[in-house]
Amino acid sequence: MRFSHLIRIAAVAATVVIAATACGDQSSSLGSSGAAPSVAQGASFPAGSTMDTLNKAQTLRLGTKFDQPLFGLKGLDGNPAGFDVEIAKIIAAKLGIPADKIAYTEAPSAVREEVIEQGRVDMVAATYTINDKRKERISFAGPYYVAGQDLMVKSDNTTITGPDSLRGANAKVCSVAGSTPSENIKKYIDPANLTLFDVYSKCADALRTGQVDVVTTDNVILTGLIENSGGAFKLVNQKFTEEPYGIGIKKGDVAFCEFINQTLKEAEADGSYKAAWDSTVGKVSPEVPPLPAPGTCS
Amino acid sequence: MGVIIEQFPLFVLGFLGTVRLCVFSAVGALVLGTILAGFRVSPVPPLRMIGTAWVTVFRNTPLAVVLFAVAFGLPELGINGSYFYFGVIGLTCYTAAFVCEAVRSGINSVSAGQAEAARAIGLTFSQSLSLIVLPQALRTVVPPLGSVIIAMIKNSAIAGAFGIGGDLFANGVQLTSAQGYAAVGALTGALLGYLLLTIPGGILLGVLERKVAVAR
Repeated sequence: MRFSHLIRIAAVAATVVIAATACGDQSSSLGSSGAAPSVAQGASFPAGSTMDTLNKAQTLRLGTKFDQPLFGLKGLDGNPAGFDVEIAKIIAAKLGIPADKIAYTEAPSAVREEVIEQGRVDMVAATYTINDKRKERISFAGPYYVAGQDLMVKSDNTTITGPDSLRGANAKVCSVAGSTPSENIKKYIDPANLTLFDVYSKCADALRTGQVDVVTTDNVILTGLIENSGGAFKLVNQKFTEEPYGIGIKKGDVAFCEFINQTLKEAEADGSYKAAWDSTVGKVSPEVPPLPAPGTCS
Repeated sequence: MGVIIEQFPLFVLGFLGTVRLCVFSAVGALVLGTILAGFRVSPVPPLRMIGTAWVTVFRNTPLAVVLFAVAFGLPELGINGSYFYFGVIGLTCYTAAFVCEAVRSGINSVSAGQAEAARAIGLTFSQSLSLIVLPQALRTVVPPLGSVIIAMIKNSAIAGAFGIGGDLFANGVQLTSAQGYAAVGALTGALLGYLLLTIPGGILLGVLERKVAVAR
């Protein structure tokens, strides 16, 4: 009995190692295939504008996530890769800054406003949902993508059909502390049934071992987890929120905001938006989303 | 700093969550630690071995690893339960190792003559330990035990990251990112909550120490 437990513990350890290796593989494959957008030559901008300053400095300080598969995941080469990073590369290219001159700073959910306010980065692209509370402290350009919150369950689960079925099933739900989805889901469940971790991979593990019944966050993030689960999980596919991802910039920088929105529009027209999608999120979710209508810059 | 006033109920909830976690873990750790200390000084070799092994394993393992092993290892073995109790188990096992060593040092400080006299009047080992030696030993180890428990209160912030949620630190983090409050304000609120537990705790220990002190 005790011996078999030892074997199972060893198996857990092995799984952790294998999972870690698998993540490494994924990030390197994402990093290698991003098509570099062509850098604008001799671009000129109004003197004194943020664009001019950045163009002269020939470097862009980007705040992004280092642990978000498909959007911003730091690989073994030390650079993050993903859709957020590709979008930033497109903007950098328009500013006349080559991709290798982007300086990455980790911007986890809790400090995204801080790094912008304190001027430690020039912009933040980090699965950053646009909302009014955040707009009090910073400004948003974009959105460049609209995600939506969804539910992930075990493949054999038929009782959970959407957020409204959670209460009836008395389902235990897992999400990440400090994320917008973890706030949204509180409307649908008893708070005692909400489990919060620091990363989604822990939620996936808890779902696999039966500690929780549901994992909830933005659909694209769940898609990545399902892809890695080998058929153990499935998406409920009932999007119940709209999460427009924007690019965080210094509050009130209207010119920079308009420049980014214009850049995104051109990127959609010339196909670099599609290329950015295809090389990252597109690997698990092939359908290229239309570029959402830009918000107003203020 | 306005966040502390605006979100006061959330901080109170977090405070109560931390108190609940700490009360369960402190009781568990004090009881288990004292038993382990008894094991370590007992004349039975297998018991001594268990005590020594426990201290060696848990005192030398980072708390985050212990909590990880409990929260993700036990479900792997088919043991499912609430993350709150997993957190209590992890904190108890870890803290008990430190309690054990503090109590053992107290036991060693009781002069050997006390135990010998107890045996001479016919008390068994467990009687002499529980009636003669431990009452004297525990009085001398109030200060180090207090430090262990205060350290445990602060350590409970780590347990919050293993699925418990609703404790002071976890609530502080929740405010900073999901609701967009400035980190400094929200975390100051969490800090005040911890100080509210640890500083009066320290004063209480000082009082207790003077109350139970024995002159030798």
